[in-house]
Amino acid sequence: MYAYDEIDRTLVNERVSEFRDQVKRRLSGELTEDEFKILRLQNGVYLQLHAYMFRVAIPYGTLASNQLRRLAHVARKYDRGYGHFTTRQNIQFNWIKLAELPDALADLAEVGIHAMQTSGNNMRNVTSDQWAGVAPGEIEDPRIWSELIRQHTTLHPEFSFLPRKFKIAITASDHDRAAIRIHDIGLRLIKNEKGETGFEVLVGGGLGRTPFIAKTIKHFVHGRDILSYIEAILRVYNQYGRRDNIYKARIKILVHELGIEKFSREVEEEWQHIRNSSLQIDDEVIEDIRSRFTYPAYEKLPHMPDELRQAAADPDFEAWRKNSVSPHKVQGYSIVTISLKPTGGPPGDATAEQMDALADLADKYSFGEIRVGHEQNLALPHVAKRDLPALWKALDKLGLATPNVNLITDIIACPGLDYCSLANARSIPIAQELTRRFANHELANLIGRLHINISGCINACGHHHVGHIGILGVEKNGEEVYQITIGGRADESAALGNLIGPGVKFDEVADVVEDIVEAYLALRERPEELFIDTVKRLGVEPFKERVYATR
Amino acid sequence: MTSPLEQKKIKIAGPSVVTANRTWDGIVVYRTAAQGWSADLSEAAIVRNSDEAKALLAESVADDVGAVGAYIAPVQVAEDGKVEPGNLREQIRRTGVTIGQPVQV
Repeated sequence: MYAYDEIDRTLVNERVSEFRDQVKRRLSGELTEDEFKILRLQNGVYLQLHAYMFRVAIPYGTLASNQLRRLAHVARKYDRGYGHFTTRQNIQFNWIKLAELPDALADLAEVGIHAMQTSGNNMRNVTSDQWAGVAPGEIEDPRIWSELIRQHTTLHPEFSFLPRKFKIAITASDHDRAAIRIHDIGLRLIKNEKGETGFEVLVGGGLGRTPFIAKTIKHFVHGRDILSYIEAILRVYNQYGRRDNIYKARIKILVHELGIEKFSREVEEEWQHIRNSSLQIDDEVIEDIRSRFTYPAYEKLPHMPDELRQAAADPDFEAWRKNSVSPHKVQGYSIVTISLKPTGGPPGDATAEQMDALADLADKYSFGEIRVGHEQNLALPHVAKRDLPALWKALDKLGLATPNVNLITDIIACPGLDYCSLANARSIPIAQELTRRFANHELANLIGRLHINISGCINACGHHHVGHIGILGVEKNGEEVYQITIGGRADESAALGNLIGPGVKFDEVADVVEDIVEAYLALRERPEELFIDTVKRLGVEPFKERVYATR
Repeated sequence: MTSPLEQKKIKIAGPSVVTANRTWDGIVVYRTAAQGWSADLSEAAIVRNSDEAKALLAESVADDVGAVGAYIAPVQVAEDGKVEPGNLREQIRRTGVTIGQPVQV
């Protein structure tokens, strides 16, 4: 966990007071909506179909149990008893009243939570690997650097009025769980030949209307220079980024239009002006941040405790363990992913009761810590293996032990037309139907790793471009139509999916996915060949033929 | 479906209403003939041509304290006068999400 200092606490509290005054002036008519809109967006408040939506930041996906309890409290007191975890380590409340928002923010501020950097044309919540600090083999905890960037960019005037929103993600592992290649800036923590810590810097990734995979702009930037290098990129973007056309305003368009070489030269030139300035980070600063991350006092535990050996006789436990439990860097401990994708449920939703109960389980089994991943699942990062059987029983009672992590029903979906004012089509009911269609865990395991991502409009909040199977809802002649892509991926081999053919109707989507899966099972060379690898080997055609042969 | 934010030209193809979200709590409301807002679609002022729509929208936008994000939305008016939303988006705004919510309200 990271312990905020007095400066952080003061900042968050002052922000609440400021927003309380702004809301008061808005409700009295002193501020018009045009004047107020940018202020509410700077505090995570959107206007959606049914009500205001309130997006709360969970920086780099790390939550303490008391913070999760407070989110449950907000869900219960100010909303309708549940929250929705997003693809960028935030949580959204869908039914919040503007008049009550300052109180909700004040309640969150008491435990160090805020809504800064969750909306608006500024630097957004820096995201990271949900297994940060516990993943075996990572270079070092990427949250130290995430926190450094958070501190530097929060309310930074130069980054508060950018041409468009700006997103940074950081990973420190070979396997990219933070989807850095679909971010405006992606940072991959590495060591150089001297053993010094630094970053491979990628730039210009993003989805939406014009998707791009980020390109490497610099193979190694020393850790001490990372703020100046990011600032150089932002300065070039701020100078040249288009403000006249919202659809061309993201940095990905600028990088594409200038070309990575020219963009890189511009950044390099800017960087030389500022790299030896006060932006150069002293080792003491990093050490101070590092010292504020506390790690559990792990016990020395056996690799295979008796409790785990005995529980292995229970096939339901084993199914869950094999699916949801991952290796930890410390012997005797595990990382437990908690699926928020129950059969028939909206992806990423958790009730206040589940959040409270999970906070209790985190206290009991995970040193009071919870993580949020971009796949809209949660994780307990420090679970002793001996406690796994007891934890599984408790999670199962809460409906939080669905053994489908990384399987076909572990679907990423945006809120879609059920909630979102930008959406053209519904996402959640499609996801729900697919979870019912593939509810059989034996079938899901037979299929193996397969990511389905669903967006209800071209803005792509459901990351459909990088789903192994991507589903994009559009509107055509007053009807919901869904375009299907295959072959996308968001990991270290990130790629955009390819369209398989004409869009299909709402009622046909699950059948089409079933056809694609059946084709895959028939076409794969061996059971270990993943769906994404079969698509890579064979291309779109055989899947297209299967889907459209009878349509 | 056109986002209300992009609704620059006022051109209506049939009976329409002005809808928005109430400022203090965000709930869906409709402009009434009495120059107020109602959460009940049956109380909405119905406009049938572009001039009427333009006038009703202008009046609604001016009431910035009462409601926010006003735009023109299509409706269907049955022979008995019953008013129904004219598309799925407006149907969802009127009756709520099409899915079961995790916590029943």
